[in-house]
Amino acid sequence: MSDISPSTSNVPNEAGRFGLFGGRYVPETLTKALNELTTAYAEAKQDPVFQNQLTELFNDFVGRPSPLYFAERLTAHCGGAEIWLKREDTNHTGAHKINNTLGQALLTMRMGKKRVIAETGAGQHGVATATACARFGLECVVYMGAEDIRRQAPNVFSMKLLGAEVRTVETGSRTLRDAINEAMREWMSSVEHTHYIIGSVVGPHPFPLIVRDFQSIIGQEARQQSLERFDALPDLLIACVGGGSNAAGLFYPFVDDADVAMLGVEAGGRGSQPGDHASPLSYGEHGILHGSMSYVMQDEDGQTCDVHSISAGLDYPGVGPEHSYWKDSGRVEYTSCEDDDAMHAFDTLTQCEGILPALESSHAIAAAMKLAGELGRGKRIVVCLSGRGDKDSNEIARIKKEMATATTTNQ
Amino acid sequence: MSAIDTTFNELRSQGKTAFIPFITAGDPDLEFTGQVLAELAKCGASICELGIPYSDPIADGPVIQASYTRALNQKIKLKVILDHAQTWTVDLSTPLVTMVSYSIIHRQGLERYVAQAKQAGVAGAIVPDLLVEEAPEFAAICAREDFSLIQLVTPTTPRDRALRICETTSGFLYYVSVTGITGARQELPPEVVDQVGWLKSETELPVCIGFGISQAEQVKMLSQVADGIIVGSAIVKRVAAAAEVGKAAALENVRTFVQELVAEL
Repeated sequence: MSDISPSTSNVPNEAGRFGLFGGRYVPETLTKALNELTTAYAEAKQDPVFQNQLTELFNDFVGRPSPLYFAERLTAHCGGAEIWLKREDTNHTGAHKINNTLGQALLTMRMGKKRVIAETGAGQHGVATATACARFGLECVVYMGAEDIRRQAPNVFSMKLLGAEVRTVETGSRTLRDAINEAMREWMSSVEHTHYIIGSVVGPHPFPLIVRDFQSIIGQEARQQSLERFDALPDLLIACVGGGSNAAGLFYPFVDDADVAMLGVEAGGRGSQPGDHASPLSYGEHGILHGSMSYVMQDEDGQTCDVHSISAGLDYPGVGPEHSYWKDSGRVEYTSCEDDDAMHAFDTLTQCEGILPALESSHAIAAAMKLAGELGRGKRIVVCLSGRGDKDSNEIARIKKEMATATTTNQ
Repeated sequence: MSAIDTTFNELRSQGKTAFIPFITAGDPDLEFTGQVLAELAKCGASICELGIPYSDPIADGPVIQASYTRALNQKIKLKVILDHAQTWTVDLSTPLVTMVSYSIIHRQGLERYVAQAKQAGVAGAIVPDLLVEEAPEFAAICAREDFSLIQLVTPTTPRDRALRICETTSGFLYYVSVTGITGARQELPPEVVDQVGWLKSETELPVCIGFGISQAEQVKMLSQVADGIIVGSAIVKRVAAAAEVGKAAALENVRTFVQELVAEL
């Protein structure tokens, strides 16, 4: 069933298909709103006023362009290819998520809607949505799994300070996947006056397209900065993949540059057994989840499996359809990185560079540290440092304490 | 002609409205599901809807969602549900249709799902997350196999689109009474009667109304215009009460409730 035709950047088609993947598998109630959104976005994309508004917000509110930073000491530590960091952690609200929420907030107003709902895993998208809503005076409700609320307390507090209502999701695995279910359910009833700002390149058409486009500023800047800084394109791009929005944003503007290799890093969790990881591109099957066809972790009946990752933002059983398309066409390679390696990369980057990466981004850093040596000197890797790790400090303290206890017990 | 077509032909010739109850397979267990189905048929159901539990049902409200979770927590499998259905449908006096997510059908394979369901005596499927744009392949298989594909029209569906949905629908058309998820409502939007009246003037398909219906008065009002009335959450809630009041009492509550609604038809 593999899509063997070479991938192109000219996707999705009108039906929202990236090759086999994508499409729209939702209740009929949502069709009208999705069609409205498709039209509103197509018009906005062509409208210089909209594009100027977004650019101004990116520059003055987010602080773009984000730096392309040469991680000199990390490079020396790993010994091999140069490691450059695309610093999305320096954005206002501390992650790439704000690129998408500002774009979608502008779309919300363009459609004449005044209320926004969102789901969040790590809380970064929730904070970015609450921020955009505060900026434009939109009412904001964020759905968040109870387990994630525990793991990401500082972000929950920020969302409330920003005026958003945070609704706890107690169903299912009480993580990102269930938060998306609840947001979709609410949207079924509130669709006439509410826009759903989905946080990743997932969901029914046109969400994977819209989110990719708003996040593509990452890759567009990285491309230009690479040419300015080293007069060449990078040899390898690396980004972590949960739903896959920072990766799609970095990769997409390079898709037609055949010489640029790309690597997406999924959450390898505790290991390769079902339930121990969140790596649908490595271990999943073609399936349907949250409105689109993609690789999914599901059982033989089509029931979604529980997944695990140390990082709330990667703790998701599905992945954006464009990643599935890139995987099957061979354009992007995907691998996974286990919890312990991500923790090690977190410590290394923090100590070598004085930068605390988010646990999500630490997965990409881990892959870069491993590949720098293999790739060798003279090559350049650009890693998307999708967010900063301050939000994870409590969780990291807890894990380190657990690890210390485990070590003592074993001795 | 599927069993559903036959049922509606009979009802129409008698000038009657169908009562279509929904219950979840395997909540609290499949033996009880079989008993409840038999009871529903005895109380005057014309067609029974069997919900196939799904892990991520975005169209369903808390009552049905929780029933799916309870069923899945017992590791219930599709094959086991359909094996049981095969024994139920032998004696069941009404056609049985499955309410099933396209995620499950896709995973089984479209042909295989229809073959397995037919083998079990199931007459059709309601697929709440299959839009008309994505439906052609499955609709063609259903048509070939004389397996009814019941599709949904909602208050947000434009009229030209509703007609397009009718084209690939068989058995009956499911009109969703509210903009939202399943679950009992105190009030239903007044436009429902007009919308269904319009649909009936445009299509030969029986038009049945579901979502939000839980009261005798609602049944009375909607039966003026609809070919069938679908009640889900209000019954699922009474079945679920078996955990507290015991199965015999839950069955009795279901019987009383359904009889009360059927009396209005």
